[in-house]
Parts: sequence; C-alpha cells; structure tokens
Amino acid sequence: MTAHDPALPPRPNSAPTIYAYDEYDRAFVRERVAEFRGQVERRLAGALTEEEFRPFRLMNGLYLQLHAYMLRVAIPYGSLTSRQMRQLAYIADKWDKGYGHFTTRQNLQYNWPKLVDVPDILEALADVDMHAIQTSGNCIRNVTADHFAGVAADELEDPRPTAEFLRQWSSAHAEFSFLPRKFKIAVSGAEHDRAAIKIHDIGLRIVKNAQGAIGYEVIVGGGLGRTPFVGKLLREFLPRADLLAFLEAILRVYNRFGRRDNKYKARIKILVHETGLDEIRTQVEAEFAAMDRAPFAYDAQELERVVAAFAPPAYESLPARSDALEKAKAENTEFAAFAAVNVAPHKVPGYAIVTVSLKPIGGIPGDATAAQMRALADAADTYGFGELRVSHEQNIILPHVKQDDLFALWRDLSAAGLATANAGLISDIISCPGLDYCALATARSIPIAQAISERFADLERQRLIGKLGIKISGCINACGHHHIGAIGILGLEKKGVESYQITLGGDPTLSASIGELLGPGVSAEEVPDVIESLVQFYLAERREGEAFIDTWRRLGHKRFKESARREGEDGSGI
Amino acid sequence: MALVSDGAFIADEWRRLADEESLPGSGKVIVSLGRLPAAREDARLTALGVYVANTTDPKALAPYFARLALIDIAFPAFTDGRGFSLARLLRREGFVGELRASGRLTPDQYLHAVGGGFDTIEIPDELAAHHGEANWAKARQARSLSYQRGVAGGASILERRRKGVA
Ligand code: HEM
Ligand code: SF4
Repeated sequence: MTAHDPALPPRPNSAPTIYAYDEYDRAFVRERVAEFRGQVERRLAGALTEEEFRPFRLMNGLYLQLHAYMLRVAIPYGSLTSRQMRQLAYIADKWDKGYGHFTTRQNLQYNWPKLVDVPDILEALADVDMHAIQTSGNCIRNVTADHFAGVAADELEDPRPTAEFLRQWSSAHAEFSFLPRKFKIAVSGAEHDRAAIKIHDIGLRIVKNAQGAIGYEVIVGGGLGRTPFVGKLLREFLPRADLLAFLEAILRVYNRFGRRDNKYKARIKILVHETGLDEIRTQVEAEFAAMDRAPFAYDAQELERVVAAFAPPAYESLPARSDALEKAKAENTEFAAFAAVNVAPHKVPGYAIVTVSLKPIGGIPGDATAAQMRALADAADTYGFGELRVSHEQNIILPHVKQDDLFALWRDLSAAGLATANAGLISDIISCPGLDYCALATARSIPIAQAISERFADLERQRLIGKLGIKISGCINACGHHHIGAIGILGLEKKGVESYQITLGGDPTLSASIGELLGPGVSAEEVPDVIESLVQFYLAERREGEAFIDTWRRLGHKRFKESARREGEDGSGI
Repeated sequence: MALVSDGAFIADEWRRLADEESLPGSGKVIVSLGRLPAAREDARLTALGVYVANTTDPKALAPYFARLALIDIAFPAFTDGRGFSLARLLRREGFVGELRASGRLTPDQYLHAVGGGFDTIEIPDELAAHHGEANWAKARQARSLSYQRGVAGGASILERRRKGVA
C-alpha cells in the first residue's frame, strides 16, 4: 500500500508549517520590489551609474558574474513550501535556462537572468511570499538555520521563530545597510550543530540556563574567506527578550569600528581578532546598557504568533517501527542503502527525515532542473505535508515523511533522478561555482567535484568509507567552505596553471576547526589520486566506528601528511 | 551645494566656514570641530553648527549641544555607513537640532538617512543635477512600512501589529 492508493485519505498538506506572511510582510516586500523596479529603470536609462546601482542591486540579490547577472533568492532558514518550490521552477523555466543552483547559505541562484526581467522575477517571488532581499551586499544577509529544525530528535527548540524575528529585524535596516562588509547570522536549537554557527559572523545557539529559562549562547567573529576563524564566545547566556537589542549593539559596534580601509580585513572576525574579544565584549555590553531597548520590547503575543506559524503538522500516531519499511528494505538492497544513508531519525515515532541529494554521480553539486524542483514539490505534497528544506550541504530535505511511505517516495525520486544514496558520503561534495561562472575564480571547482565523484562512483565503496565531507572552492574567498571540509580543496593559479591545495581536518560543527595544509598544490588531474591515497590510508588505519575526521584527529596531521608524501614518491606529485 | 529637506531642494541658510576664514559678525555658521570651543563663546552668531567626521565620538560633542543648532556628518563615500550609526548616537545623547548628512549620498539612501535621524542632506551641485529633486521626492515615499521604528511612517511594523492598525 502506498500513498498513491486512492483509498487513502488525502494528506493534510495544505496548512503550511512555516511562517506565512501577514499583510505587513506582504506589503513590505511589494514596496521593496517597486523600489527596486524604479532603480533598475533608472539604471537602464543611465540615470544611475553602475557604481551607484551596485549596492542597491546587491541588497536585492543581484550579482554580476563572469558571463551574466546572477540572482540569489533567499530561502530564509532553509524552509519552503511545495508551492514556493513550484514557483522557483516556474521562474527557472520562464526567465532562466530551466535550472537553479542551491547554495551553501540556503539560497537559490539563477545564473542567467536579464537585468530588465529581474523586477518581474522579484514580483513572481513576492506572489509566493518570497524575496531576494539581502542575499548579497554589505548588509545583514539571509539568516540561516538548522535544516532539521522542528523535526530533529536532539532539538531543544525550533530555531526558525528566532530566525524569522531576525529576518524581519534586519530587513532594509536603516542603520546597518552599509556595513564594512557582509554580515551572516546562523541559528541552531539542537545539540548537534547542523547550521555551522561557529563560522558565521554571529552564531546563535538556543540553550537553557540553570533556572530552566531559554536563551542564547552568542558566538561572534567566525568566518571563512582568506583568513578563516572559528567564532568565539561573546555571551554565554543571553535572555530571549534581549536578543534583538543585543544584536543591534553588536552591529553598531561593528558598523562604527570595523575596518573599511581594506575589504579583506573588513569582516567582524578581523575586528574581533585585532581588538581582542574582551575589549569587543566591553564595547558591546556598554552599548547594550546604554541603548534604548523600548523598540525591541519583548512582545509575548508576537512571539506566540510566530511560533504558532511553525506548529508541527498533523502527524498520525504510528508505531515507532514500520513493518512496511523493514519489508521493503529486505526486498530491495538499493532502497535499503538509500534508507541507511539518506534517512535520519525524526522526533515523532513512525516518521523520518529524508535528505534528497543534489549530488548525482558526476553532476554539478547543488544544481536542480525545473522538472526536478517540481518532482520535489510533488513528493513533498504526496509524502511530506507540502514542506521542504534546503541544507547548507546543498541538498533538499523532506522533513516529515512517514516511514511507511519511504519506499514509494524513493521510487518517485528515482524516476526524477533524485535518489542518489550518498548523503554525507564522499561524493556529497560541496563546491562553489568556480571558474565556470565566477569572475573572481582562480581555478575550476565544479569539474574537480565531478572528477572525484566519478572516481568514487561505486556507492557500496562510498558506504564502506563512511561519512566524509569534501569541500571545494575555486579561490581564496572560500565560498565552497574548503576550510571546514574533512578534506578541503582550494583551487589556485600558479604561473597560469591551476593548482589545488588540499587541507585535512576541517569541521563545521560545534567542534569546529580549520583544516591544515597537506603540502604543495597538485594539478587538477592529480586531485582524485591524492584523495584516493588519503582514503586508503584512512581505511587501513581506522578503528571500528571511526569517521575520517576522527582517525585524523587520533593519528595527527603528520601521519596523514607522511602517507601522502610516500604516495608522492611514486608519482602522484604531492 | 544642494540641500534636500523633506523630499525637496531648499535654500541653505547656513554658511560653512573653512578653517582659514574668520568668524563673521553674525548669521548661521558651521565650523569644524576644532573651532567649536572658540565659536561657542562668540555671542554674535545667530546660530552655530559643526561639521564632523563620521568617526567622531558622540560624547565629545554632547557638552556643546546647548549651543549647537546643527551637526553635519560627513559621508566620505556613500557606501560608508558609519554616519548612520553616529546620527543615531547623537540623537540618543540628546541632540535635538538639525542633523545633516553631507557627501555623495543618493536618493536611494534617503530612508536610511531619515531612519537614522537626519533632517537634511547636502550633496554637490553636479550630483543634484544627476539625481534631480523629483528623485528625492519619490525616494522619500519609496516605502510606507518598515520593520524598524522611525524609518517610514513612524511606527514599526511590529508596533503596528501590536496596535492592530494599518
Ligand atoms: C559566483 C559568484 C560568487 C562570487 C563573486 C562570490 C564572492 C564571494 C567573496 C568575495 C567571498 C569572500 C567574502 C569575505 O571573506 O569577506 C565569498 C564568501 C562566501 N561565499 Fe561567495 N561568491 C559567489 C558565489 C557563491 C556561491 C554559489 C555560494 C554557495 C554555494 C557562495 C557562498 C559563500 C560562502 C558560504 C562564503 C563564505 C562566507 C564567509 O567568509 O564566512 N558564494 N563569496
Ligand atoms: S570561492 Fe572564489 S571562485 Fe568560488 S564562488 Fe567564491 S569567489 Fe567565486
């Protein structure tokens, strides 16, 4: 029996389990679109120079790439409905080349929009309560959160209401729209950090204090780019009611004192590093104490309204174990592999969280065609209360699927080419666009991801290797998060040739660490060989249940380095 | 120089004094921070203003508020947002006179300036020719709603929700 059986009652998928705009949110976004339409018209008429237009197009998500404009659409805290996903597909078909690219910051990028069309695209987004506000530029960026929010078994509190408050507070902020540099905030409400809060300008972790009150641990000054830093603890416990005022205080200190003389030293991580954490803390606390907090007065009713918007869907009460699932796994080994790798435990008995990989073997990480977006929307409607998530690993999540339905879902996904069973495995690679699209790139990155994916195409071998994050950037700006990959790859250019630096030991979670350099760069062709040798060394050395990063931590960087050097002697060229 | 107030170009009654010019016997005069202690004592001036860098410590200006009718904050580049924070801090310190932003600001920043507490914006003539008065008038009305207090139409969206008014 599957969900397609007409005998089954229709799923209660109409009530969205994510924040729906009220009249104010809707009017605000419409006004913002109209304002930007005016700016585009003035730009096209020559009344705005590119220099004048630039910050305003960036704060509306419009980036100038190597070949064309790129439009970055916000998927705040990674949540979206099937209706919104269908609209993203519609936009891809109508104004782009029939696909989109899901990024590491819970955004979707269109690579080929025409400037003159962009206001219409933004209008089409507004039709489904979406926007591209502050997905680029030196302002507070789209706020990200744990993609398992609301369904993870290890969760203290759903981070999305907090993130929605931040979305509203930061939107078109009068004071903080011309910061020294971009500003990224991530929120996590669970024991495990799936939002990489320690590599954000501000990371917020929802915690409970000794008195049982909910508040936030505030981390500041993390970031990647050319000088990576792990964020530092600014405030151990911030009462919930103080959140917006405290963030306002941090941003004011940063806006006033962050460096503006060198854009590579302009992020708050550099201010914290150069000024010292204690001094920054003193300044922030002084500002917080002095400011008028009335505009941020705690409003229990408003909190209730926003929290209610994220109420769980109408789950059925089910046994924890699904016989249908067990039977399907026993009968179909391919499905069993998918269930073992791409399915995570849900906090409600009988349900599961499904990761749909956007990393087909040899494909472009994070790309989805319009047809695939529609297939995902359909799958969400049929099996998952019409809700989807976007993860910073550039995958799509179906957060509430009945275990009984997993097999049927898998068949539907297979038909759409979306059932690659590699979530978290070596071919689940994060990669930036690199030289194929990006004006700043020093090397290709997508083809490297494809080559590694092809090399490890055998999914059974991938499962044997286990959890291993490879992350690739096409230049020092680190959009592909290479610093925090268990294996990180950075594409550089040396005397006109691409050269790839490999780092080991990066970690995006609460145990965050920046990867260490393996040795001199290698050529594009050599990268898969080097990865292969590292993997073989790991397989030979690992202990029972040890992931790559654990073995690396136990043995130390030196051992891995030596192993790679030995390989180098017979020609792999490290 | 052109002066924008409430979405219109208006005549500037103030005279900005270069440091080498001596204080005139009367009128509304804007001086540099360095001359402020001396100018404060000059009772002949009708009104006194000061122009400051966006890195100025707001507390250093507070002792002069009683005599100051205008503070002019320089925007060295239109993308340098420090002036927006300084304006807010000056208001918080209790400055109630005219707050002026001067530099190459564009109409697209008008609401940011208003939200920070600025009353007027002073731009070079050539920029005023490029972005005419109509642009500024339109930009003043670009949005009727804001999530922050004081930016567009006074109350923030949060406050409007609370009151249940549109
Ligand atoms: C294609 C055009 C792109 C350009 C020109 C670009 C440019 C940049 C630059 C200059 C930085 C460094 C900023 C800094 O360190 O201050 C950066 C960082 C970053 N970008 Fe991009 N990017 C592009 C695409 C992307 C894509 C497609 C993604 C997601 C897949 C992405 C995600 C990020 C992330 C996560 C960071 C690191 C944030 C940090 O430093 O903490 N970018 N980008
Ligand atoms: S890491 Fe470099 S090459 Fe890759 S997208 Fe970012 S700026 Fe472009």
